[in-house]
Amino acid sequence: MATALKSYRPPVIEPSEEGDELLEVAMGPHHPSTHGVFRMDVALDGERVIRLKPVFGYLHRNHEKIAETASYLAAMPYTDRLDYFCSLTNNWAYALAVEKLAGIEVPERAEYIRVITAELTRVQNHASAIGFLLQEMGASGTPLMYAFREREKILDLFEELTGSRMMCNYMRFGGCRVELPKGWLERVRTLVDGLPKFLDETEALLTGNEILMARTQGVGVLKPDLAVNAGVTGPMLRAAGVNYDIRKVDHYGIYDRFKFRVPLGDHGDIYDRYMIRVLEARESIEILKQALKDVPAGPIMDPKSKIRGFRPKAGEAYGRIEAPKGELGFYLISDGTGNPYRYRVRPPSLINLTVLEDMCLGQNVADVVLIFGSVDIVLGEVDR
Amino acid sequence: MKTAEEIVAAIKLALPDAKVEAVLNPSPSAQHSLRVVPGDAVAVAGFLREDPQLGLDYCSNATGVDWPDKEITEKVKTTKVVDGVETVVEETVKRVEPGYLEAVYHLFSMKHGPTDPAGPVVLRMRTINRSDQVELPSLTPVWRSAEFQEREIFDLFGIVFTGHPDLRRILMWDGFEDHPMRRDYVDPDDYEYEPTAHDEVLKRAAEQKAHAGVEA
Repeated sequence: MATALKSYRPPVIEPSEEGDELLEVAMGPHHPSTHGVFRMDVALDGERVIRLKPVFGYLHRNHEKIAETASYLAAMPYTDRLDYFCSLTNNWAYALAVEKLAGIEVPERAEYIRVITAELTRVQNHASAIGFLLQEMGASGTPLMYAFREREKILDLFEELTGSRMMCNYMRFGGCRVELPKGWLERVRTLVDGLPKFLDETEALLTGNEILMARTQGVGVLKPDLAVNAGVTGPMLRAAGVNYDIRKVDHYGIYDRFKFRVPLGDHGDIYDRYMIRVLEARESIEILKQALKDVPAGPIMDPKSKIRGFRPKAGEAYGRIEAPKGELGFYLISDGTGNPYRYRVRPPSLINLTVLEDMCLGQNVADVVLIFGSVDIVLGEVDR
Repeated sequence: MKTAEEIVAAIKLALPDAKVEAVLNPSPSAQHSLRVVPGDAVAVAGFLREDPQLGLDYCSNATGVDWPDKEITEKVKTTKVVDGVETVVEETVKRVEPGYLEAVYHLFSMKHGPTDPAGPVVLRMRTINRSDQVELPSLTPVWRSAEFQEREIFDLFGIVFTGHPDLRRILMWDGFEDHPMRRDYVDPDDYEYEPTAHDEVLKRAAEQKAHAGVEA
């Protein structure tokens, strides 16, 4: 049976002429377009990439071991440091896994706050991802600063709510840490009303831009069957045309109450990934509008949940959410003591890079940086 | 969505020789798993991926778990003949349950994704021990998403995946010895030590290497 299985290995490309010398280049680890410290060992035949091996680990700190030696609650602030653009979704994924492990309920109000903060996170992540992508294309500054202008407003709201702009450490098992400040929801509403205008402005500049289209269309194509087999998730997967959004599949939290669409791409190229991020941000705004309409009153923590001295019964659980970069999962094994026996993070950034070589093979070396940028990774999560 | 028992039955039907059993999970999450004998793992994984009903085409998470040797103290009642009379004697017996390394895979179906929301199907397999028989078959040929994750398991736990296309360390550097995610791992007291001609430093270096199991 094993022999009949379809294989998904990257093809081996031969150099164009015999005897031609290959140029081996180490792209990284210190280069602004690598979003941190990350290296690609590239073999070039002229301008053409014929081999690419990613090298990881420059930011490795053994996050999982640290969490296994700490209590369940003490691991929560560490999750902020995984994908430091989206600390609130990291918090949620970890809280969800622990809630599954211990069977904790979450009050309605807390679920609404979680959805609102997560969708705001998604909007600012996608906006920055587009900004960085354009930066790497040579559009220095302007698109990124447009995105950061909007991101600042969202981070201001996070700071007001959680006390920190990026390291929010806001979710708890069975709810959220603090009650909303007075007038916070009103300020979120004002911000959300202004977001479509920001996206329209971005699109007016970029979507029909000839240079953008020339650089991105048909570049870095990812086929849907390979994307599924290689475990690619998030906007990358949906740009390849696979309809898989965990918010729709698992209905975790209260996502089944909101009407939103899952945008899908046709070609799986960089342009589709850009477009999917814009469209997903628009759908997030729809979810935000619906969620902001009816945030119920009530407690933000399950009264039965125990924060200090928390000891779940022995067993294991895998909890996952649709983080802005893809499926973020936490796998926990409890042995009945106060710290997890096994704590595992399933990082979307690392697994989305599995297909980096496949996407870059045969492309020009100038496009490698662009293809890499379109994956949207954060090294804090890749290396853990 | 089929339960773990139903999946075991389906596997037994398709691969009568495969040794698979369902493992219950007592946690409220109720995510039960399938334990497969390493020799049958690739065939079972291939069946799980290709079976049209299950369609587990997406391996989300692959990770390792370290289970060190466990010393178990238990009271055993035995019948003994004491002074010619049969009596029941309670004895405290200590035994060591041998440790092993475990690889765990979380599978989902993207094909049936939105229509049949499936909780994870958890596939697990064990090595024979933690020291010299740590080979497991690689499932990367079945799900390529396991490629980097199995490298990570090899790096941090020391499970050797046979049939992996490119098994190298991924997070730690190439010259590193030992596997940091093991339960009995001890940090070096100085990561950047360089042995010099000082007795004490050389002694410490030798201890370090002895711990890592390297011949000096």
